[in-house]
Amino acid sequence: MSRFVVVRSQRPMYSYQMDKRSIVIQCLLLLLLVGVSVVSIGLGSIHIPVVQVLKSLVGLGDSTHQLVILELRLPRIAVAVLVGASLAVSGAILQALIRNPLASPDLVGTTNGATAAAVAFIAFSNGSYSIHWLPFVALVGGFFAAFLTYLASWKKGLSPFRFALIGVSISTAMAALTIFFLISGPLYLAAQAMGWMSGTVYGSSWDHVFTLLPWTVGFLVITLMQARTLNAQELGDDVAKGVGVAVERKRLLMIAVSVALAAAAVGIGGGIGFVGLMAPHMARKLVGSSFGSLLPASALLGGLFVLLADLVARTMFVPLDVPAGVFTAAVGAPFFMFLLYKSRQG
Amino acid sequence: MESFFSTRYQKSVALIAGLVILLLSMVASVLYGLHNFQMTNAIQAYTSFDGSNEHLIIQHTRVPRAITAAFVGGSLAVAGALLQALTRNPLASPSVFGINSGAALMIVLALYLFGSMFSFSELMWVGFIGAGLTALFVYLLGSAGRGGMSPIKVTLAGAAVAAFASSLTSLLMLIDNVTMEEALYWLVGSVSGRDLRHALMIVPYLVCGWVFAGMLAASLNTMSLGDDVAKSLGQKTVWVKAAIVIVVVLLAGGSVALTGPIGFVGIIIPHICRYLVGIDHRWLIPYCIVFGAIFLVLADLLSRFLLMPNEVPVGVATAVIGVPFVIAIVRRRAYE
Repeated sequence: MSRFVVVRSQRPMYSYQMDKRSIVIQCLLLLLLVGVSVVSIGLGSIHIPVVQVLKSLVGLGDSTHQLVILELRLPRIAVAVLVGASLAVSGAILQALIRNPLASPDLVGTTNGATAAAVAFIAFSNGSYSIHWLPFVALVGGFFAAFLTYLASWKKGLSPFRFALIGVSISTAMAALTIFFLISGPLYLAAQAMGWMSGTVYGSSWDHVFTLLPWTVGFLVITLMQARTLNAQELGDDVAKGVGVAVERKRLLMIAVSVALAAAAVGIGGGIGFVGLMAPHMARKLVGSSFGSLLPASALLGGLFVLLADLVARTMFVPLDVPAGVFTAAVGAPFFMFLLYKSRQG
Repeated sequence: MESFFSTRYQKSVALIAGLVILLLSMVASVLYGLHNFQMTNAIQAYTSFDGSNEHLIIQHTRVPRAITAAFVGGSLAVAGALLQALTRNPLASPSVFGINSGAALMIVLALYLFGSMFSFSELMWVGFIGAGLTALFVYLLGSAGRGGMSPIKVTLAGAAVAAFASSLTSLLMLIDNVTMEEALYWLVGSVSGRDLRHALMIVPYLVCGWVFAGMLAASLNTMSLGDDVAKSLGQKTVWVKAAIVIVVVLLAGGSVALTGPIGFVGIIIPHICRYLVGIDHRWLIPYCIVFGAIFLVLADLLSRFLLMPNEVPVGVATAVIGVPFVIAIVRRRAYE
């Protein structure tokens, strides 16, 4: 009996490996995610019992509940899960590529670049363009910052160490640019921008879900297909080359995927922190560090924590609807500290 | 690894040159800004003080500002160098260790629980204590279990605690809007508006931190060879690590209590100094003090000119000066 479940095919050339013991944990996480979603649908300024929630989901509930659930809560929950999963997977990819536990989408400038672009858009468009363009502007900003980092780090190849240090610098530059825009724009816009920066999934609609869903799922699939090369990359350039990975090309591909995931998530959810950095570490403590198991677990944990954070944010301070980004660390960090303490034998 | 200055002679000369540049930039920081002064004004402000606006500005605004920037810049750079050695992570800095967010949390918590009962200097101590407690917590969490503290455990513990503390800070500020205005001082880093009296209360701790860091330099060199080698050479690694954490609390905790969180200096200056003098901590630490100080004094000076007559936060200016410089240096070095 092997420890792993392996999926292989000759054409297209593909192989995927998952730790058997991790499957139970993945299923538990998935169940937890679904459970929390259902509970979360019921909670809020209008309380809806779980039975009613389930009825409404299959189209048998009464019409008020149906409206609240289908038009307000469900899209919001879906966006929270998608945003969390995207950020977590983006972080997991970067931690493998940069080989640094502190790597996260903030590090290569994606988050701050997207924020700078979004704030510039809010501050200077003066409402002459529709706010619906905001996610795309942020996406472009995130890509631009990451591209700048990549370009500035390229010198006959990419050294992960150089990439990380330059990433920090570009990220800082983007943060400075954001502050600059905030100061020079009008004051009431600064308040709007600040709300966006702390990260919120308030006001998500099905439009958001259907924009984000194919994007996230598509890039998640690409990432899963590359789990094998990520495993090799994490061991170092030499080892990766030794086992036949086209290091430079795959690295560029994976950075692009990571940026695509993070920039889209930031575009829709704003600057939600913590998940991109910490969800992969939690996943590592739960299912080990092989990417076949790590990536799905990261995605599930990321989705779970943004969902929980948003649940706390919209129910604890009624009638205020607080940005979810404030709470991701508050709900996630204690769990991580517990895991860290539990794994102290290591 | 080869460095820009290779011989002892070159390194000493460059360090002295750095000190001269530091003095010149501090003088420039006193003289230039929205109001420009002559050197004679500055001297007269102390020799024959006449209560004029010029003299008041120099005594109460410019000089405290230059001193604060110099001491805090040097301290943050050294704290960064120590943490990078401790965690063996080039991206480590006081903010990653939770020190900044711990100090902010403690201050906001004190304001929330006791209202405006505390004076400014008392709040400063609250921040200092908050920084210390957070570092202690990170250290304990990072060294729980067999094998003691490992770089990876302490790095992750620091990052998690930092995120948790800043999350709680935001939460408290949401509950209580009043807290925000008073706490803002420690949430946005700035070297301006600091009273000389307050600066002088913190400076002794920073200087102590520099001295202790210098005393630890040789041990840091041994430690950077790895725990096993260090142990076999007779180093009591547990004590060295504990000592590093204490020094970092003195330096970074003192700094954040005085100026609030100022990022980037702590990450970047150690790398620039390593490029200049190499990885020997006996040289690296004095270089970090001098060049960290120059960097923050110049950044503060620049922050007055970027959006004249308004000032921009010093964080913007550190990015403007630092980023191009870092990219240039990082690109010149060869990494494996």
